[in-house]
Amino acid sequence: MSHRVIVVGGGLAGLAASVRIAEAGVPVDLFSLVPVKRSHSVCAQGGINACNEVARQQGYSEYEHFDETIYGGDYLADQHPVLEMANWAPRIIDLLDRMGVPFNRTSEGYRDLRLFGGSLFKRTHFAGATTGQQLIYALDEQARRYEAEGKITKYEYWEFLGPVFADDAGGGRRCVGVVGQDLRTMQVRAFRGDAVVMATGGNGLVFGKSTNSIICTGAAAARCFKAGVAYGNPEMIQVHPTAIPGADKLRLMSESARGEGGRVWVPRTKNDARRASEIPEAERFYFLEEKYPAYGNIVPRDIATREIFDICVNQGLGVGGGNSVYLDLTHKDPEYLTRKLGGILDIYEKFVGVDPRREPMQIFPAVHYSMGGLHTTFVKGRYNPGEPLSKHVSGSAPPLGSEVGLGMSYGDPGNMVTNVAGLYAFGEVNFAYHGANRLGANALLSCIFDGLFCGLSVVNYMKNGAPSKTPHGQVGASVYESARSAEQSKYEALLGAASRGEADEKTNPYVIHRELGAEMTAACTVVKSEGRLRECLSRIGDFKERMARVRVPDAAGWSNQSLCFARAVGDMLSVAEAVCLGSIERKESRGAHYRTDFPERDDANFMKTTVARWDATGQRVTVEFAPVDGSLVRPTARTYGKKEAGAGQPKPAMSGV
Amino acid sequence: MLNFTPAAGAGSGAGGGSGAGGGNRARAVPGRTIRVRVKRCEGPGKASRWEVFAVKAEAGSNVISVLQQIASNPVTVEGERTTPVVWDSGCLEEVCGACTMVINGRVRQSCSCLIDEYAPGEGDEITLEPMSKFPVVRDLWVDRSRLFHNLSRVKAWVPIDGTYNLGPGPRETPAQQETRYALSECMSCGCCLEACPQFTLEEDPKAWGTSFIGAHAISQARLFNEHATGRALKGERLEALMGPGGVSDCGNAQNCVKVCPKHIPLTESIAAIGRAVTIHAVARWFRG
Repeated sequence: MSHRVIVVGGGLAGLAASVRIAEAGVPVDLFSLVPVKRSHSVCAQGGINACNEVARQQGYSEYEHFDETIYGGDYLADQHPVLEMANWAPRIIDLLDRMGVPFNRTSEGYRDLRLFGGSLFKRTHFAGATTGQQLIYALDEQARRYEAEGKITKYEYWEFLGPVFADDAGGGRRCVGVVGQDLRTMQVRAFRGDAVVMATGGNGLVFGKSTNSIICTGAAAARCFKAGVAYGNPEMIQVHPTAIPGADKLRLMSESARGEGGRVWVPRTKNDARRASEIPEAERFYFLEEKYPAYGNIVPRDIATREIFDICVNQGLGVGGGNSVYLDLTHKDPEYLTRKLGGILDIYEKFVGVDPRREPMQIFPAVHYSMGGLHTTFVKGRYNPGEPLSKHVSGSAPPLGSEVGLGMSYGDPGNMVTNVAGLYAFGEVNFAYHGANRLGANALLSCIFDGLFCGLSVVNYMKNGAPSKTPHGQVGASVYESARSAEQSKYEALLGAASRGEADEKTNPYVIHRELGAEMTAACTVVKSEGRLRECLSRIGDFKERMARVRVPDAAGWSNQSLCFARAVGDMLSVAEAVCLGSIERKESRGAHYRTDFPERDDANFMKTTVARWDATGQRVTVEFAPVDGSLVRPTARTYGKKEAGAGQPKPAMSGV
Repeated sequence: MLNFTPAAGAGSGAGGGSGAGGGNRARAVPGRTIRVRVKRCEGPGKASRWEVFAVKAEAGSNVISVLQQIASNPVTVEGERTTPVVWDSGCLEEVCGACTMVINGRVRQSCSCLIDEYAPGEGDEITLEPMSKFPVVRDLWVDRSRLFHNLSRVKAWVPIDGTYNLGPGPRETPAQQETRYALSECMSCGCCLEACPQFTLEEDPKAWGTSFIGAHAISQARLFNEHATGRALKGERLEALMGPGGVSDCGNAQNCVKVCPKHIPLTESIAAIGRAVTIHAVARWFRG
């Protein structure tokens, strides 16, 4: 009986995993909500970090990349996996290069590099302003090649409804397949597999509108969570300070607009109805310049985010009473702006329909990335210094090389597997690598690294683990049938409710989602406090109660998008609750998590991973804390924002373009 | 100059031009109500029908947000309750290609279609139709599998030896990178196919291998032929483009390049591949 692997999600992580596993000779069934080439990875613009020969000769090293990532993540990430990822990064760039990614080039034909937040060295590789798109295309092409050879079978426009678990000989549970639904025919079907890789990305839609694609609901992760998979650091949500508010989504506006002299302001008078150009200088509130005379508009990202949020949400001073502030470049020469910022100004003009050279842009922070995700384990590699070293001095010689297996044990089945054997989590849906805050241009890296490095772990699990004794073909049919029929019943119940009359505001899934997003954004993102979080937790309880009575506005048994959306909203509530409860229990401030009532980092009590679990009996989330692997480098205060006060150019503390 | 007349059938999108310039944005009336006319179809083999919705234009709204508004309260102008419109979408930033449809007779992405441009006045109407060259799944959602199948026909990939650590790829000049990057921005949206008179609806996958392959796949063949390693499959790509449905089926209408949202030089690619196919054919003839 031959083995098969199921990969759920066809973004960078899912494609990298599929290619790696198929290459090892194991057939892959690849499930995706959309044709894989349209996955959210296409949205990443900035680049992908890796040590490179130029930076190396200037004093940079894989070890410094590791150190930056740990420091940027405010010491919440387990350290061994991050070391292995940084060590692998140059190999990943070489591989992508061989696949034909059109990386920008120097005049001599080498790969060009750019400076990015969180580093003093140029270590970010890029392909125009669409690096994520170019990387996923390269992997999509390799996956298509394997598809043509019959090694990868794609199930596009299929939705993952839940994992299938079977009792293991050892008394535990292991994952032996998935239940999916064809989004066209609405057929619900169980699929057999010896291992399942979740590579389903982030959960921006829990916050209503975000910089994420419309498919990033987090529902797939939520379905695993509700099936008993632990969730790590749910409260760690990265918010980008400057996004373009849109009626449908929030699009990124690069930080360079402020770097080039952009001034952030709101009218001093609430709900001032005048156009920006009609408001005289004296009636404008340049709140960043007034509060931070040294930094002005170029305060670090997390501070900018908090201040803009405070002005709009707490003080109600946003433009037109809404959630936006002006980012004003109109005092600059239009030709200069075009030369320096042409690309990003064009994006603004394309989607807003306003020329930012003539009218101030309107921007607002936006939920951007989830550092948290399904909780996974790892097996330490060979490097164990005994005592953690002190923080790496930038540019100094690294304490070790970059050979394979120093950070994580290569090929060990215990890498990036959840608490259920055979169920792996790769990419953004995996909680590992980024700690409390992700550095810009590290996301693409972690996705591909998971797929390539841990793909071998999946293969070895099948060769040597439970599937080697009991392959999926020997698992009883009843296991699959009961999982399938449970999902079929849920589907039919939603469909049945659709034909029982109209939804009102209380039972309309679109209205519930809008209210959930507004509540989560207000309580669980930029500024958090116990009281507000408790209120949010109670609102989530209300949403749960309303979802139980939800009325889908479409009773069709064919391509019923409203039904799928309503089902996703129901599942998202469990993740929302984990985000909220994790935020309540973490009584400190660290990275992206800022508590007004606990403004300092507290390593003694909270240099720990938040582990959330779903209590199926009580239908609620519970949270506990687990130790972090801090055995390689000792924590120091994360102060680079403040240190550079005199230099005038603070290093961004939150990077994520 | 706005063209509100939906142009049905082959070649929709070519030549008509939205013509929607920045001027309309300034004229957009705040708080206006617009009409959204949607071509609906409950599934394959079912008849199409039109439904019209009145929607209050929010600041900054686009076709996506309008469809979202309709979804949360799907009532037509006649006051009849209907179902939310079904459509395909993803990134909403014009990089994934999912939300392509025919708007006011011209094919384009709906996310970058601003209501202030397309329906600036009170009561202005905007018309949404599914692409006509692909089978409709439901409403505005079409099945573009054939588009991806055609990428396999031309082996649109670099034949690497595997994911092992084998050092960097071939060096290339900035000029070569710029050429390849421009071609590599193709997001497989299908605008070029919708606008092409030679690319017609073909529901039977068995006929895909001999039906016109389309500008996007020809351009991708060029992309990989330009790469030092990808070139290894150049002969196979050109063979695929020589037969029925290959590059010689192009009728030179040049609509593809006019509607490409990424401004990919598709006609240049077709010309380059056309020349390469000729040279390949002659060389093959000499080899016997």
